[in-house]
Amino acid sequence: MNLPDLQQAMFRIRLIEEAIANRYSEEKMRCPVHLAIGQEAIAVGVCANLTNEDLVLSSHRAHAHFLAKGGNLRSMIAELYGKVTGCSKGMGGSTHLIDTAVGFMGSTAIVGNTIPVAVGLALASKIKRSSSISCAFFGDGAVEEGAFYESVNFAVLHKLPMLFICENNLYSVYSGLDVRQPNRRQIYEMVAGMGIEVDHGNGNCILEVSQKVCEAKEKILSGKGPQFLEFETYRWREHCGPNYDNDIGYRSEQEFKEWQKRDPLREMFDTHSEKKIMDITKKISLEIDDAFAFADESKFPQESDLHEAFHLTSI
Amino acid sequence: MRKISFAESINEAIALAMRQSENVITYGLGVPDPKGVFGTTLNLQEEFGSERVFDTPTSENAMTGIGIGAAINGLRPIMVHQRLDFFLLAMDQLINNAAKWRVMFGGNSNVPITIRLIIGHGWGQGPTHSQNLQAIFSHIPGLKVVIPTTAYDAKGLLLESIFDEDPVIFLEHRWLHGLQSDVPEGDYRIPIGEAALVREGDDLTIVSLAYMTIEAMHAIEELNNLGISCDLLDLRSTSPLDWSKVFQSVKKTGRLLALDSASGSFSISSEVVAKVSMHCHEDLKCAPKRLALDDIPSPTSFGLTKDYYIGAKEIFETALKILNKPPANTSNKFLKDHPHDVPGDWFKGPF
Repeated sequence: MNLPDLQQAMFRIRLIEEAIANRYSEEKMRCPVHLAIGQEAIAVGVCANLTNEDLVLSSHRAHAHFLAKGGNLRSMIAELYGKVTGCSKGMGGSTHLIDTAVGFMGSTAIVGNTIPVAVGLALASKIKRSSSISCAFFGDGAVEEGAFYESVNFAVLHKLPMLFICENNLYSVYSGLDVRQPNRRQIYEMVAGMGIEVDHGNGNCILEVSQKVCEAKEKILSGKGPQFLEFETYRWREHCGPNYDNDIGYRSEQEFKEWQKRDPLREMFDTHSEKKIMDITKKISLEIDDAFAFADESKFPQESDLHEAFHLTSI
Repeated sequence: MRKISFAESINEAIALAMRQSENVITYGLGVPDPKGVFGTTLNLQEEFGSERVFDTPTSENAMTGIGIGAAINGLRPIMVHQRLDFFLLAMDQLINNAAKWRVMFGGNSNVPITIRLIIGHGWGQGPTHSQNLQAIFSHIPGLKVVIPTTAYDAKGLLLESIFDEDPVIFLEHRWLHGLQSDVPEGDYRIPIGEAALVREGDDLTIVSLAYMTIEAMHAIEELNNLGISCDLLDLRSTSPLDWSKVFQSVKKTGRLLALDSASGSFSISSEVVAKVSMHCHEDLKCAPKRLALDDIPSPTSFGLTKDYYIGAKEIFETALKILNKPPANTSNKFLKDHPHDVPGDWFKGPF
């Protein structure tokens, strides 16, 4: 993907997330939502380097990853509406997205618990002699989970085709890094001690993310084993929900404003004419309106759908 | 027919499954070591190679998640833990992922993984090496729970579990590993969720599982000598549980004794008593009874384990009480020629 395509992909995610935020008060999306506004560059920069055969797992803040990987927008919005046309037939909600056709293998709401699952995908790919790689998206909180260390250790031990992407947005809900990890210890430096190749960079710079992921993927495919990348970024809205929450006191308005200056879309806004932005917005808005209309018109799943989905074999 | 042990039948089931499908892999701490998880995984790495049969880091939680991921991506992993208790570190992966995966993605993805957990007993296994947690696993929708007694059932149920499309917890009581029974050589399957009627009788229904079934058979032998006959149902799976066979038997005998190898409160035996009370109330001639361990962590000392565990003698005595019969002298009954904390001469510790 060239720069304009990457920028447009980020902008599309921004507009979709903003549409969710704007319509959330309608109370039709009756599930928690964790918006990725401000963090679009990592999702797009990573997925631009992945094929449909490459497999991705994500966490609670999954919308951007799902969309960047090519997940179906209609089925994502329908899932937020709890409708049977949703990607998980309305049984998962915002945090449980899946689109196996494009290699988006799922997302879950428990911090760090898709990391080992992603390593398992990579193990199966290796055993099956498949050329696909596996990628886990997770945050700075997940590296505080035991599952993370266990997973990295195994991936290194078995030289698995595995890409670990740590999106460091400085906060776990309202708890900043300073109360969770020792000051001055960099995550990527600590992880390097486990024998995995690491790199880090500006998660709000789409070209930097894309370039580093491209290099990491090449290393994985050339048999150099798993790669760990940490990207710094910042979520603009509250941890969970549609609003801004700089007023409640866990982080400062000033900090937020500093990060807003580093908006991953800044370059696009600076270099495109207002008309050009309007044209792109109009085009994407049509797609978004269509997805919301589709979700709204779709039916809720019936009890029989739940039982069918849950049908356990040989009972 | 040839007789082989429970442990040998597990080994045979895994080897058969791995020959049938190259998607079957097996792993766990100690799988390829010289002891081969009490003999159950011996010679597998030699036959199938180190890519499909491997030892693991001591990382119960991630190794479960890795098995889930491998299962989602087309493999059929068999994971084993030498003691169930270590697997408690993996509850997040088991309960939040394996059990939920199918339904939380609307049936778009599923997890065909088999998790073998071995339950310790005796020889000072104590509070964290002998927990019978079948009820905890059975409480979680989305998991199947298998708990066989005989070598025959172990093989047929393990093959069924491996080729099942959903996660199966496969519980092996350590004292059953040495037990032999007739086992056919080839592939055969036993459906999950079907109890076995091990003894047939009219006076009392005894619902049992795993090692308790062995003790119940000894008790029934002595009850038969007093002219009392019992239905003995070996559950074989606790989720799903074969309620129709349980109800059918209680409707016939009118009396229920539910056995358990776990602490009594909130146990499988509790559920058996509850559902029988709800569904067979009019058929019951007397209150159902439950015989299980006290609600206290299992002791370690040789001096304490004798009275902690229940066996044939307690089952025999409880059966007489249910039937309103006078207590019988048991001083010359249920005598064992080995100490109470080992299953027989074949077991010399340490675990």
